[in-house]
Amino acid sequence: MSERAIVLKTEKLGMMFGGLKAVNDFNIEILEGELVGLIGPNGSGKTTVFNMLTGLHIPFEGEIYLMGKRITGMKTHKIIEQGIARTFQNIRLFGEMSVLENVKTSFTKDVKYNLFDTMFRTPKYFQIEKDIEDKAMDCLRIVHLDDKAAFQAKSLPYGQQRKLEIARALATDMKLLLLDEPAAGMNPTETSELIACIYDIRKKFNITIFLIEHDMSLVMKICERIQVINFGNTIAHGFPNEIAHNPDVIEAYLGEEAVENA
Amino acid sequence: MTDLRKKSLRGVITNVIMVALLIIVIYILSVSLSDNNYRLKLVPIIWHLCIFILLGTSLNLTMGFLGQLTLGHMGFMGIGAYTAALSSLALERAGLFIAKTAPPLQLIGVMLGCSLLGAIVAGIISLLMGIPALRMRGDYLAIVTLGFGLIIENVIANLPFAGGNGLAEGTASANLYQNGLGINSRLQAQYVYFPILLTIICVAFMFMYTTSKYGRAIKAIREDEIAANASGINATYYKILTFTISAFFAGLAGGLYAISTSSLTTGTFTFANSSIWNSTFIVVMVVLGGMGSLTGSIIAAIGMYMLNYEIKNGAWVAAMPQFLQSIFAFPMLIYAFVLTIVIMFKPFGLMGTYEFSLRRLLFRKSERAIGGEAK
Ligand SMILES: Nc1ncnc2c1ncn2[C@@H]1O[C@H](COP(=O)(O)OP(=O)(O)OP(=O)(O)O)[C@@H](O)[C@H]1O
Ligand SMILES: [Mg+2]
Repeated sequence: MSERAIVLKTEKLGMMFGGLKAVNDFNIEILEGELVGLIGPNGSGKTTVFNMLTGLHIPFEGEIYLMGKRITGMKTHKIIEQGIARTFQNIRLFGEMSVLENVKTSFTKDVKYNLFDTMFRTPKYFQIEKDIEDKAMDCLRIVHLDDKAAFQAKSLPYGQQRKLEIARALATDMKLLLLDEPAAGMNPTETSELIACIYDIRKKFNITIFLIEHDMSLVMKICERIQVINFGNTIAHGFPNEIAHNPDVIEAYLGEEAVENA
Repeated sequence: MTDLRKKSLRGVITNVIMVALLIIVIYILSVSLSDNNYRLKLVPIIWHLCIFILLGTSLNLTMGFLGQLTLGHMGFMGIGAYTAALSSLALERAGLFIAKTAPPLQLIGVMLGCSLLGAIVAGIISLLMGIPALRMRGDYLAIVTLGFGLIIENVIANLPFAGGNGLAEGTASANLYQNGLGINSRLQAQYVYFPILLTIICVAFMFMYTTSKYGRAIKAIREDEIAANASGINATYYKILTFTISAFFAGLAGGLYAISTSSLTTGTFTFANSSIWNSTFIVVMVVLGGMGSLTGSIIAAIGMYMLNYEIKNGAWVAAMPQFLQSIFAFPMLIYAFVLTIVIMFKPFGLMGTYEFSLRRLLFRKSERAIGGEAK
């Protein structure tokens, strides 16, 4: 257990928007294969943490390490190459493209054919395209969207769009998967399907997952460890049952579900 | 296994039919061209159509597939045209080449070489422009590219060896372009397959480009640049690459233009003017045909050019009342009208993002389009 490598580590991570400190002194260590949750009230800075981890925001201060390698300030696509993948809170799919094409785009960085192969459709081109297609279909199968491959992404119902985003993220072949409120807007059936899906992914890929979620029952059920932030500051971290009984957390969530679950 | 074999058999059948169709078209063309009357009319139309098809499809790469509005496309065509004209002229001055008497292989070599040089120069300049310009988006990029287009036009106009009114009457070049690459109508008729083949090859390349990983990447950038980056796509790289390829083909179109006209003026390569040789016309062409459909751009190029040709030459126009004729003197007015009508009824242009596919036409029923364009 203690032998496990540290996949993600942040040191004193901070972000400023104008005069507002959206995230302050954010420290976390996530071990290989762990499923860690990040929770906090609305506007507490959770998405901002993810944005810093994936290079959408350049951190105001602090450092980020992935598998011991410093990735602070790297461009987004470079960070994805290093092995982080993410989904978005407000779904960002390639709406006009087909479901399959959405997943295929994630292989762009690994595709080794060039303009010459593209123009003359060499055997290499066909081989690589076929490999991509097979791998993309595998990713779709995991989230049970393989029968929707030819559909336009924007035509999918909401719950399936979220799953497609997960499939697209999986296709980048990552070590660390960041899920930003994957169950938002889902009904209970869809949510339980999603949970099954996440378990499936962990089993098959042995990846590390860091997720933001508002649905407390989901968080308490699947996360091994939880970190809580409020107004950008970490107010608690620990095992789910510790968090559920932490007075600071209960206060931050006063009147919200956390109290009921406590 | 049998399924795979069936598929590749279909591919072979499609290719054979495509080649057969091409041969039939070329045969019909050669028969019509053997008639003197037709030849006089057809040859300039074919050269011009090839140029407009190249301009429309290449602009569609940046506007339709990559989703970046650029308004200076003709600037790159201008660079290609002047580069091709001047380089061929240099060859002639050096005594290496005379268009009128050159043997066929040499003439084709010079036409191809000088056009390619024009395309490469246009590509290099677009690369230098694209690196800073493509950091901007939407309206800002449109304004920057509009500005670049006008700068190119003005720089060329003030080059001592190109001249304000073009090579034919330029300040420092009284008869600079009397000969050069601008071949006469007899040679244009003789080499009419040159632009046709060149255009087919270029459009084929663009089609291959848009259906490969490159096409997927740029469409993803168009749909959502942040998500594209978060899928590991280096958006900056693909944007600049596409912008450069687009300018390359515009430069090549410029080369064809230099071959098919007897004099160049920078007014041809501007944002808007009273003829159809301007960037706005090409933008209208792309929007009308469908942003994201090369087929649409080709149809729009042919349709709009022929409409303009009719307006200019049709007997029915001369029979119209005077005030209508004076409207027709400004073709852009007509195109604004046509564009408005089309956009009202078909907001995504005539073809949307649909591409013509012979294979789909032949085997529509038995082939499911998994992985192709979205349903
Ligand atoms: N790009 C930005 N520019 C300015 N302020 C921002 C930006 N992004 C986030 N903020 C601010 O930072 C704070 C934290 O936002 P963030 O989106 O990280 O919260 P969150 O915890 O994800 O909230 P939610 O639960 O609603 O998703 C908010 O006050 C927000 O208004
Ligand atoms: Mg959020």
